[in-house]
Amino acid sequence: MEKERYEMRFGGAGGQGVITAAVILAEAAGVYDGFNVCQTQSYGPQSRGGNSKAELVISRKEIDYPKVIKMDCFLAMNQTALDDYFYDFETNGLLVVDSTFVSQTPTSRAISLPFTAMARELGKEIVANIVAIGAVAKLCGKISLESVEKAVLARVPAKFRELNQQALIMGIKAAEQIDISKLPTSIALEDVYGDATG
Amino acid sequence: MVDRVESTKKYLLQGNEAIVEGALAAGCKFYAGYPITPSSEIAEEMSRRLPQIGGTFIQMEDELASMGAIIGASLAGTKAMTATSGPGFSLMQENLGYACMTEVPVVVVNVMRGGPSTGMPTSPAQSDVMQARWGTHGDHAIIVMAVSSVSDSYEITVHAFNMSEKYRVPVVLLSDEIVGHTREVITLPPNKPIEVFNRIKPSVPPEWYEPYEDNSRGVPPMAAIGTGYRHHVTGLMHDSKGFPCFRPDVVKAFHKRMIRKLANGASDIQMTKGYMLDDAEVAIITFGAVSRSAIRAVKMARARGIKAGFLQLVTLFPFPKIAVDSVLRQCRAVLVPEMNMGQIVREVRAVNHTATLKQLNRFDGLMITPDQIFEKLLNM
Amino acid sequence: MVEHAAKVRHDFLRHDMQFPHVWCPGCGLGIVLGSLIRATASLDIPQDDLVLASGIGCTGRMPAYVDFNTLHTTHGRALTFATGIKLANPELTVLTVMGDGDATAIGGNHFIHAARRNLNITAIIVNNQIYGMTGGQYSPTTPYGAMATTAVYGNIEQAFSIAELAVTAGASYVARGTVHHVPQLDKLIKQGIEKKGFAVIEVISNCHTYFGRLNNLADPVANQLWMKENAVSVSKAAKMSAEEMAGKFSIGVLANVKKPSYNEEYQKIRERAGGVVFPVEEEPEVKCEPDRDDEY
Repeated sequence: MEKERYEMRFGGAGGQGVITAAVILAEAAGVYDGFNVCQTQSYGPQSRGGNSKAELVISRKEIDYPKVIKMDCFLAMNQTALDDYFYDFETNGLLVVDSTFVSQTPTSRAISLPFTAMARELGKEIVANIVAIGAVAKLCGKISLESVEKAVLARVPAKFRELNQQALIMGIKAAEQIDISKLPTSIALEDVYGDATG
Repeated sequence: MVDRVESTKKYLLQGNEAIVEGALAAGCKFYAGYPITPSSEIAEEMSRRLPQIGGTFIQMEDELASMGAIIGASLAGTKAMTATSGPGFSLMQENLGYACMTEVPVVVVNVMRGGPSTGMPTSPAQSDVMQARWGTHGDHAIIVMAVSSVSDSYEITVHAFNMSEKYRVPVVLLSDEIVGHTREVITLPPNKPIEVFNRIKPSVPPEWYEPYEDNSRGVPPMAAIGTGYRHHVTGLMHDSKGFPCFRPDVVKAFHKRMIRKLANGASDIQMTKGYMLDDAEVAIITFGAVSRSAIRAVKMARARGIKAGFLQLVTLFPFPKIAVDSVLRQCRAVLVPEMNMGQIVREVRAVNHTATLKQLNRFDGLMITPDQIFEKLLNM
Repeated sequence: MVEHAAKVRHDFLRHDMQFPHVWCPGCGLGIVLGSLIRATASLDIPQDDLVLASGIGCTGRMPAYVDFNTLHTTHGRALTFATGIKLANPELTVLTVMGDGDATAIGGNHFIHAARRNLNITAIIVNNQIYGMTGGQYSPTTPYGAMATTAVYGNIEQAFSIAELAVTAGASYVARGTVHHVPQLDKLIKQGIEKKGFAVIEVISNCHTYFGRLNNLADPVANQLWMKENAVSVSKAAKMSAEEMAGKFSIGVLANVKKPSYNEEYQKIRERAGGVVFPVEEEPEVKCEPDRDDEY
């Protein structure tokens, strides 16, 4: 049975755009795809530097508790955010990290993509978060990619539309190379008695 | 971001932004405020939205001034509000008392953060409950409401303005860092139109007008400055004409009318929402953001066969005694979770001292989780 | 002339219900009230469109006596209420009357910011150099060395110059008068009301009851003579050295500059926001005649 709530977290240094990433995906899922969404964040007093964390809960039903209970998907844009916010990760959940800034992952299930390095190729490091949401949206498969594109374009000024569009496509393309079913899985959830429980 | 709303559309809005849209829907045309985390989005949105609709936004030099300005605007006939958080709310208490004394409708939003003093600007709390009720000095009538979601933030803000206008009383609207910064989808304008109430103006000629005259409702009609009904407004105790008067019979009648006017309106002022209460044997009573955890905990308990229910207090003051009393009578035990060291639980206890009450308090800057409430419910 | 004055009193005072007033015999506040009434009466503004707001203290009691739209607000906050009223209804003529402690101690922040914003409000500040209503405690304008009930060994704080503070803070019209130079005071208040922008009129007054009793000026007449002897016209003061001006103060118009008021500026905001725009009146030139020493 599919879970009622799909719970996502986005962590990184202030200025890496993790809150923006969460807001864009929330808008895509909520406004364009018709889900109920609940997007929250916790942050320190700094606008730049320090770690920030954003969360997004997506559901077809009304959302009661607004924050993540058990994280189905985690995008970590740097090492300390990954270390700090990994604690309630769902077994066999989706972990995506920016390998530009993350050197060690707590699980071999992690999907490492160099979002910031990819963004640099486009000439603007600032769109790393857009590359990342392209990849995450593609990998999690919850939100339609057209909606994500609409939400991205609705949020950026006209002169940066092309850049952001390229960034998004770059992220999606990178994710297309990854086969989630080939990722190692935990034995924690395996039904050791086969079909015995029905 | 919302712009002049013409056709019904879905928006992803923060609780703080929804408060702005609710205020505008209620007819608010004036905002004065001072920046403070986590309420600043309200001021920012107001500064963008109000001039679009012919309203006025002003950033004042402090919260004392913000309160003064919104009372002045309201006296001049304009619906007005301000928003702040704990430290600013402390400064607003002075003129909040003036609004109580002079019966000026205003809405004051407090997006609560951890305290005391500067406390934790970016962390949520629900610890300004008693300050919202008793923050200003002296006996006074006031309405306090609390919101728990983005849609609540819109609807309850409209209701707060309505109650303020209808009863000539300041309304404190409590939000918190969680609700204020949570983004959810909201349809604006709502598919079902929401009632908007405007203050009653005098129907007598100016020479007969008594701005503080008692009547059947206990709420005197209110004339705007500049409409020919010249009168005096003072924070001193005053007679029905508005002039200073300390005669014991006048003073006593004033205080009694303040209580009566809100008691008369109990049915529309004292808002609560029930969830799975019909057959409940144990219940949760709380308000604001914790309501979200409470609903989930009720679902978890029901899945375990525990007949749990939940009463959300939308209006905190005047305290909805009747709704609380019926829950206390029906259930064998009631849990009051709050993100403070135990404030609204005192009011619940005052309704019925013999009921079995349990507390769940969290004051570490984090939200009470459904699991925490569920664990308590298991042992009730 | 006498008939006219009586009519003005009848029309502008709430004489049937609010008198006798609370002020001590000989207090300058009655003279300020008279000037205020003559100034507003000469401008033909309907009483329904006039707002007088005050804070707390002896001066704060003034609005109750005047048949305008009147507000007796909290201590120091008169200008904040006035700001809300003026922005909500720019058609109204909004005046505030405050004491020295009210305007520059507890309300000092509101005062400088109101001046900076240049909202079209007139602020009359009656400076009697002491807190009168609470019993003679020292205020921000109590002179260095003067005695007060909270400065029983002499005041060690330096005094504010209210008018100069207003000039620096950006008020578009600033004047100083006294309760001795009454025809001039009528004129200064009138000019302040006519001015489109924040206008400050500092009025040197007397509290013989507290300040006077503690500082050898217990008689109201002695206070009047003190004002007569120590007031110097602005033009004359400009030619005097600091030593010559010691213990004296200038009276007249200290600043009269033309700049857009907050209401005018806010119309631009509404235009930029694509919102509703209301017409703004063109500012009439307020002419200040040069000081003539013989006039006072």
